[in-house]
Amino acid sequence: MRDVAVIGIGLTKFGELWDQSFRQLTAEAGSKAILDSGVGGKDIDAMYVGSMSSGRFVGQEHVGALVADASGFSHLHIPSTRVEGACASGSLALREGYLSIASGVNDVVVIGGIEKMNDVGGSAATETLATAADQEWEAFFGVTFPGLYAMIAKRHMHEFKTTREDLARVAVKNHHNGTMNPFAQYQKEISIDTALNATPVAEPLGLMDCSPVTDGAAAVVLCAADRIGDFSGKPVKIIGSGQASDTLSLHGRRDITTLDASVHAGKMAYKQAHLKPSDINLAEVHDCFTIAEICAIEDLGFVKKGEGGKAVENKITTIDGSLPVNTSGGLKSKGHPVGATGVAQIVEITKQLRGEADKRQIKDARIGLAHNVGGSGATCVVNILEGM
Amino acid sequence: MPKDVPRFWREIQQRYNMKGNKCGSCDRVYFPPRESCPYCRRESMGKMEKIKLSGKGEIITYTIIHVGPEEFEEQVPYPVAIIQLEEGPKITAQIVDCKIDELKIGMKVESEFRKIQQDGSTGAIYYGYKFKPVE
Ligand SMILES: [Zn+2]
Repeated sequence: MRDVAVIGIGLTKFGELWDQSFRQLTAEAGSKAILDSGVGGKDIDAMYVGSMSSGRFVGQEHVGALVADASGFSHLHIPSTRVEGACASGSLALREGYLSIASGVNDVVVIGGIEKMNDVGGSAATETLATAADQEWEAFFGVTFPGLYAMIAKRHMHEFKTTREDLARVAVKNHHNGTMNPFAQYQKEISIDTALNATPVAEPLGLMDCSPVTDGAAAVVLCAADRIGDFSGKPVKIIGSGQASDTLSLHGRRDITTLDASVHAGKMAYKQAHLKPSDINLAEVHDCFTIAEICAIEDLGFVKKGEGGKAVENKITTIDGSLPVNTSGGLKSKGHPVGATGVAQIVEITKQLRGEADKRQIKDARIGLAHNVGGSGATCVVNILEGM
Repeated sequence: MPKDVPRFWREIQQRYNMKGNKCGSCDRVYFPPRESCPYCRRESMGKMEKIKLSGKGEIITYTIIHVGPEEFEEQVPYPVAIIQLEEGPKITAQIVDCKIDELKIGMKVESEFRKIQQDGSTGAIYYGYKFKPVE
């Protein structure tokens, strides 16, 4: 297997982007990443695009070709493939691109992640997100997507005495980090009381426990490590990559508070990188809901099962803590354009490992981990990156 | 939401009568029924035996839905739980005939045949199971 590096990154502003279309967003993120990498159109061997539900959000399928076209590559006939795995679509696209280079088939690959979620109304967006759950055996009976994570939270509280304050602290921390990220949807602090007193969505989760509905795109350029000298982009190496699946429904899982797919994808990535959880300097984890960040730091082995809430209370995961989590603001504050999220996490880790994260820069960051989940845990991707 | 008639009709046996199945190789019970047992895989092929579940179980976890899908908007706030059935499988369903503040993890519940949702005020009505506390 060949080594692979990220050599270019690009991100659009995340938010409610009424004046920008799906095409414009994808072209903006893609061209930023390509310019950053120093590759030319003719160097690109393939493209992979992560999008969860362009069909329901903007009424457009076949977005692999659309993204290549919108990026100005139609006359180059670059193979472009759309990849879907609900909210993990972006990291799945990244991993497909990674595997295509590692295997020796391609040298230079562009990865795009996009979701344009605000063109439909709030209830249509919620209903579309629910398609990541089991439609026949969960959604039919009236459970919503926040409802599934609420049931994880309720069980976590029952077994481990995790509190609503622990959940609220995740939101407060991620909003604080978001104030330092000019690309974030929300760049304002929230107080613990604001989080605790927010409108209930699915008890015990309130509005401030939930990531928002977001438009946005992210892109990265991947390159075979033995060819990075051909291009000007500052490289960061992918040293471990894992992916796992589990039952589509939450009720089908071995344990309600453990995302076994996260555990397995994490182990796979650590093994390849020859690292342990304690070797990681910072992580971007999938905080679609506050409880999800608590489960993630447990499932990835940063803390013991059940101690996630306490770890947040003890400020281990703040920007000055021993393991900063979601320096970008996470899905909660940066925003969660579902198909773009996994790619945007790689953008943040790359910025940190290059030393380009400005006010939120983690000193001497060398190894970063990105963790992206689809549905309530049926798909998980973990990538570990190292600065060069 | 699964609104298409054939799509609903296909699941009637399971949703109306709580029909699951049992692996003839390891005796594990599944609901909804599976084509094969994930533990025994090829050993279970042709040995998955249909069974009717008792509909009795206990609440493993629950939530109160305040922001519901369109078809459920009239019902909010309503409780949804994951229930572990006596025979082993866990399922997701609404809890009825129970005050919200009396709900708790570990509560014994049993299934009832109820209306689940409706396509608008004049549309098709879909039925299935809900659970209520055991007296
Ligand atoms: Zn079996």
